[in-house]
Amino acid sequence: MTKTLRALMGATALVALSGAAMAETTITVATVNNGDMVRMQGLMDDFYAKHPDIKVEWVTLEENVLRQNVTTDIATGGGQYDVITIGTYEVPIWAKQGWLESLNDLPADYDVDDLLPAIRGGLTVDGNLYASPFYGESSFVNYRKDLAEKAGITIPDAPTWDDIKKAAAAMTDTANGIYGICLRGKAGWGENMAFLTTMANSYGARWFDENWVPQFDQPEWKAVMTDYVELLTKYGPPGASNNGYNENLTLSLQGKCAMRMDATVSAGSLTDPAQSEFADKVGFALAPDAGLGKRANWLWAWSLAVPASSDAKDAAKTFVNWATNKDYIALVASKEGWRNAPPGTRTSLYSNPEYAALPFAKMTIDSINAADPTNPTVKPVPYVGVQFVAIPEFAGLATSVGEIFSAALAGQKTVDEALAEAQALAVSEMTAAGYIK
Amino acid sequence: MARSLSPRRKLITTLSAWTVALIIFFPVLWMILTSFKTEPSAVAMPPQFLSADWTLENYVEVWARSDYPRFFWNSVVISVGSTLLGLAFAIPAAWAMAFVPGKKTKDLLMWMLSTKMMPAVAVMIPLYLLFLKLGLIDTKIGLVMALMLMNLPIIIWMLYTYFKEIPGEILEAARMDGAGLWNEIIHVLTPMALPGIASTMLLNIILAWNEAFWTIVLTTTKAAPLSAFIASFSAPQGLFYAKLSAASAMAILPILILGWFSQKQLVRGLTFGAVK
Repeated sequence: MTKTLRALMGATALVALSGAAMAETTITVATVNNGDMVRMQGLMDDFYAKHPDIKVEWVTLEENVLRQNVTTDIATGGGQYDVITIGTYEVPIWAKQGWLESLNDLPADYDVDDLLPAIRGGLTVDGNLYASPFYGESSFVNYRKDLAEKAGITIPDAPTWDDIKKAAAAMTDTANGIYGICLRGKAGWGENMAFLTTMANSYGARWFDENWVPQFDQPEWKAVMTDYVELLTKYGPPGASNNGYNENLTLSLQGKCAMRMDATVSAGSLTDPAQSEFADKVGFALAPDAGLGKRANWLWAWSLAVPASSDAKDAAKTFVNWATNKDYIALVASKEGWRNAPPGTRTSLYSNPEYAALPFAKMTIDSINAADPTNPTVKPVPYVGVQFVAIPEFAGLATSVGEIFSAALAGQKTVDEALAEAQALAVSEMTAAGYIK
Repeated sequence: MARSLSPRRKLITTLSAWTVALIIFFPVLWMILTSFKTEPSAVAMPPQFLSADWTLENYVEVWARSDYPRFFWNSVVISVGSTLLGLAFAIPAAWAMAFVPGKKTKDLLMWMLSTKMMPAVAVMIPLYLLFLKLGLIDTKIGLVMALMLMNLPIIIWMLYTYFKEIPGEILEAARMDGAGLWNEIIHVLTPMALPGIASTMLLNIILAWNEAFWTIVLTTTKAAPLSAFIASFSAPQGLFYAKLSAASAMAILPILILGWFSQKQLVRGLTFGAVK
């Protein structure tokens, strides 16, 4: 064998070896298009620097389309996605189906004990963590302090519903386009029904009794719906039955909502001078109660999970660890400031003095801690979930009930008619699904 | 003989046509205008027009955040591919139905059309499983086949209608001159029905370009077309209408240009045989 031939063979072997060493694992991450997720995609250089052997491809879809596609893929064992973005509602249902990979074996630097207990509890089934929270949220009250002052009222840090009603009445100034209160009215299980379910919790109402019998025919729901419709028709913006999260946030950023009850995650936008000229005038308060020991605040986390059908589970878990680690929060803070750090997932974030100094930090953590998914309302319930009921039938049922309640808000039916219709529908659905024998 | 319209009637007809056209085009126009507004301006109530904050930032951001050329190329391959494949099946099928109809031809045509009346979601899981087993998920060839099958009934129906307008005697004459079956279809029938075939092709390309159920369900990253590109700009939290409008404008622009340049052909084909 000549020297040249040997050299050539050696070079070929080296190229082959280096090729093997650089072998890339490609993972597909399915996600929604919200600010925190977009920010993460912009910080991928950090991930690639640490894990050059993993390539990430993104599938960004509208929330409901994402849910439909991911459900189809997981239920059929398709394996198209290696990391999926799911909410607190799906995690217990999908984990029980065996669709999700346990994340108990994430490395020690993940620091699972640093996760906020309420959020961690919502993502844990039978002692196993099935999704890692990317950002978490509760709901609270935001209001314009200047308008409250002008109206001569004080909104307590922990208000009651009576405080909210009085404040809404006092701050309403329709002649100048100021509406006393903005609440979700758009139909949907994640829109008006998320809010109404938490309001119901604080009024002592519940979706089902211990035997899964729907409770819309009970006086507590009548009180909830009467106050909700009255608040929005007297003090809310026109067309309130079409307003969801985005519409009410827009009105608040424009200063047209004197008060609003919605997700804590919007605090970053509301206090950002680049987005609102009223940023320095925003005050926050806990979601109200009716003196029954439960506040009207929810608990939600957009989380990253690894489907059991993924064929790149190790690489997927490496990505999940990077995206939901304390180091990632520090990375965001170093690049874009603490205001933009993904909120509501880790205890360490709220003990950080720089983050704690933000005007919404304490109220956010207090709101999250006040939510109890296993004991959401005053009376006992057979389900888990604060603003939802963690059963597969809930999304469809609650969307239908949401349409009925949205119609009541729009004046197309009375509160009594809407409640009777919701009760009949829920009884029918729950009987068909086998919950009511 | 065509009746001449009085100037007053002509004016009314013209104004009515413009009004209807503007009403139909208004959502597209509003979307394009929204794509040049800032996010707060896009959702301001009452809607802003002259007082809006105008910007090109949405287009810059949409371009920067996604691989538009890849989505665009996938759309081109899928829509043109499914159309050409569909025509290859539909021309012989429509020829047979138009010139050698059987007793059940009408029933067959109705049955084919009835498949379009079934909600797509009803066959979502079976088709997804089929594609999964055949390894066609997230492939362009899979989508070409899916969209070809979805639109085949419409292509056959349209071609059948055009072919029925062609006198059978001409084809008979070709046969008398010794033309075989394929020669008859390719060299006699196809050139005569070209306006109809062209409009069918254009319409099918538009239908395939705009399809937004199967193209999203059956793709993830590699074969995703512009419908998936648009879907990626809808957000559950935060303002997104202006960027979504910019993405939509970028997605419809190529097909809008195609439609504009081929409108004569399209109208000629669609009205083919309408007036005798």
